[in-house]
Amino acid sequence: MELQSRAPDGPIETAWDRHRQAIRLVNPANKRKYHVIVVGTGLAGASAAATLAQLGYNVSSFCFQDSPRRAHSIAAQGGINAAKNYQNDGDSVYRLFYDTVKGGDFRAREQNVYRLSQVSVDIIDHCTALGVPFAREYGGLLANRSFGGALVSRTFYARGQTGQQLLLGAYATMAEQIAVGKVKMHPRTELLDVVVIDGKAKGIVTRDLTTGRIERWAADAVVLATGGYGNVFYLSTNAKGCNVTATWRAYKRGAGFANPCFTQIHPTCIPVMGDHQSKLTLMSESLRNDGRVWVPKQPGDMRPARDIPDAERDYYLERIYPTFGNLVPRDVASRAAKRMIDSGHTVVKGGQGVFLDFRDAIKRLGRDVVADRYGNLFDMYAQITGESPYEHPMKIYPASHYTMGGLWVDYNLQTTVPGLYAIGEANFSDHGANRLGASALMQGLADGYFVLPYTIGDFLAGEKPGFSDTTHAAFADAENEVKAKVDRLLSVKGKQSADTFHRRLGKIVWDECGMARNAEGLGRALEQIPALRDEFWSDVSVPGTGADLNQSLERAGRVADFLEFAEVLCKDALTREESCGGHFREEHQTVEGEARRDDDAFSHGAVWMYRGQAQQPERVREELSFRYVKPSQRSYK
Amino acid sequence: MKVNLRIWRQKGPESAGSFQDFPNVEVVPEMSFLEMLDEVNRALEAKGQEAVTFDSDCREGICGSCGAVVNGDPHGPGKANTLCQLHLRSFQDGDTITIEPWRAKAFPVVRDLMVDRSAFDRIIQAGGYITARTGSAPDANSVPIGKERADEAMEAATCIGCGACVAACPNASAMLFTSAKVSHLGLLPQGQPQRFDRVQKMVDQMDAEGFGGCTNHSECEAACPKEIGVKFIARLNADLIKANLGNLRK
Ligand SMILES: Cc1cc2nc3c(=O)[nH]c(=O)nc-3n(C[C@H](O)[C@H](O)[C@H](O)COP(=O)(O)OP(=O)(O)OC[C@H]3O[C@@H](n4cnc5c(N)ncnc54)[C@H](O)[C@@H]3O)c2cc1C
Ligand code: FES
Repeated sequence: MELQSRAPDGPIETAWDRHRQAIRLVNPANKRKYHVIVVGTGLAGASAAATLAQLGYNVSSFCFQDSPRRAHSIAAQGGINAAKNYQNDGDSVYRLFYDTVKGGDFRAREQNVYRLSQVSVDIIDHCTALGVPFAREYGGLLANRSFGGALVSRTFYARGQTGQQLLLGAYATMAEQIAVGKVKMHPRTELLDVVVIDGKAKGIVTRDLTTGRIERWAADAVVLATGGYGNVFYLSTNAKGCNVTATWRAYKRGAGFANPCFTQIHPTCIPVMGDHQSKLTLMSESLRNDGRVWVPKQPGDMRPARDIPDAERDYYLERIYPTFGNLVPRDVASRAAKRMIDSGHTVVKGGQGVFLDFRDAIKRLGRDVVADRYGNLFDMYAQITGESPYEHPMKIYPASHYTMGGLWVDYNLQTTVPGLYAIGEANFSDHGANRLGASALMQGLADGYFVLPYTIGDFLAGEKPGFSDTTHAAFADAENEVKAKVDRLLSVKGKQSADTFHRRLGKIVWDECGMARNAEGLGRALEQIPALRDEFWSDVSVPGTGADLNQSLERAGRVADFLEFAEVLCKDALTREESCGGHFREEHQTVEGEARRDDDAFSHGAVWMYRGQAQQPERVREELSFRYVKPSQRSYK
Repeated sequence: MKVNLRIWRQKGPESAGSFQDFPNVEVVPEMSFLEMLDEVNRALEAKGQEAVTFDSDCREGICGSCGAVVNGDPHGPGKANTLCQLHLRSFQDGDTITIEPWRAKAFPVVRDLMVDRSAFDRIIQAGGYITARTGSAPDANSVPIGKERADEAMEAATCIGCGACVAACPNASAMLFTSAKVSHLGLLPQGQPQRFDRVQKMVDQMDAEGFGGCTNHSECEAACPKEIGVKFIARLNADLIKANLGNLRK
């Protein structure tokens, strides 16, 4: 199978302009004849739905929360990147492009990343026009901070609530479009299948979470903006509802799933504190602007931090990576923390953690300035742990946070199924093997506001508008499959909750396919996961019925999909015989323990194609070529 | 430690509800309140009994999904908290904890602790936005905004739409919610063109949804997890008067 990236050749600076010139457009008067389904109302989905509606398309929007405003994007804290160069510190579109390709460890498509950097500046302008209250300086101009993996200050923020403010901006435009009837909103509705007719995506099947009703929806194109699969680890910084269901069902209908093993473990989360824990809380990366990471030099030293003199502290990031110091990229920081813990330097009794210390920042800047920058994060930390970061250093440890892998998309953000698009974290596009901080919000909004609304026209222009035949056999088949699965979940009547299985799956995936992976462990996981899946289908307990609101059923359905997906995740990790970005294979490291890429064998995206229940999936490649940023061993020293 | 739970169970909006007792639930102080409910549900599910329905998602106090009245307080004891941020260390061994849904005419119970807050979405749809076509904006720095004004707009914008203000208000009024959005947008230069039209439409929608009027109890401010102040209600009222004067002149 041949993958067509459709990325334009020629000078990269003009690639997007030339592409827009070359693709087909839908005449303004015809747009209202087309109907587009957008699943997901995070930054990607909300911005896409809002913009498509503004352009004149009819949009149906779906989310599982009770309101589109509550999508997981709301939780993003730190900020959003843009190559504005407002700080006059040497930033440019090219530098953001360069940082992103390098930060992604040379596993992303150059043309996509360049376009992302180009439109980043428009995002800030547009969001400001929508009333997003970005932080400002006293003179009234926009303020910036730095994030990991960059030597310039290009991150825009709204206190520690950047995702919330950006999402409320997109949600407000959506609300306006709902009011004028261009967007039909379906909250508390979960996509359970994608309908493909004659090779093209023509609709979806959903379950109304309040009534249990299974419904069919036809459209001229379908956009998935359903977020990432970080909850495959059970414990993660993602919201509880985040799941792989939508993208997994799309995969089973023919959409290739790219690089599932590229998962991001975020270095600064509150450590695990017991076995009842339901999720982990992120402490924004922006804290590494002013916080210093350290462990006691002496393994097993459990004295309170303030009793440990400077000479007995190891500020290991500053020591090992003097150029970037505490601001090395996430994968590098996470692995460094793991190495410290593995060699006995934990600061959590009976657990795992390192210090993130603000003592020096408070001394240098004063408590008020620190409070102004990080106040709400400090409060959140104190609320959870009962300890104030003004008095004691934070204790942090890496946790599952973001997934670079996702549905494969071409330059138009179209999956391998024509008419099916994937945007935001749900696709695999721009971050390669590691995402830089503050770049997910940028990508979600770039896709939704500035890319998809144009590129989808290229497909729609070739379609007869107004497809609405939900009586087609493909709809009936999909609906029957969905109903059969619901019935099957309800009929097991076993003894263990779905959550129990999720927790057990998470442990397998974290232990064998987490921060460090090796062939032996992955082999183990590939035996344990199918066994756990079999146990699930013989012992899960889902009380209640399907014809009604039933959160146990919702949870079980998502866990069932994770139990299938986890296998492909581990297969991908096993076949990628190199270390790059968030994917660290212990067999492939330098003597200093840094990741060793293999560009000769693995400079490609690995795309998994479903070949039926009885068959192994096929691994297809998209070869990558680097004409601008020449692959080099990443160094942050 | 052990606590005794009394949890509101209600099949649907039209059914009568009642409390179900869960005596001697084993918990630890580090547990969050919702993790306690997870454990209750895990045990119920293992026995084949229906789990307690409640909304939650981010579990870090920002999405506004969670919420319940705990021993009479929206989001439970403590200030500036959402239910998901409440921890069992706020309770004592042997405590009885009563957990009920938000109670307001405009927020019908969906099931157990879950309520229908779509009225909030409709208030925003009525005018809680700035109209701007994607791609048409001027450079973000072309309109400077003083830090204090920007900070105040941000303060209002932090509303998470959880509905605790409505649950706390003796009149079940949505004034704090509405005023927060009106103020966030009304404080910014970008929000000026639609300012008076916006306030009028949003207040009309609020009334149409069946929320009560504001009689200055300020319970909303005390319950708000983001500590949004009633000063924004005063701002809304001032804008509303100006809007009405404008309408009179027309
Ligand atoms: C705690 C935290 C902090 C972060 N901070 C930052 C930051 O500072 N900067 C940054 O750039 N990035 C940050 N990120 C990453 C970033 O927030 C996410 O990658 C991004 O918001 C994802 O947006 P999205 O629109 O793709 O998907 P999401 O926001 O995850 O939205 C998914 C949507 O899909 C819907 N959905 C999912 N499945 C279904 C289904 N089956 N049926 C119907 N609907 C469905 C959901 O209801 C939801 O509306 C952070 C992430 C976390 C976890
Ligand atoms: S679950 Fe998001 S605010 Fe509580």
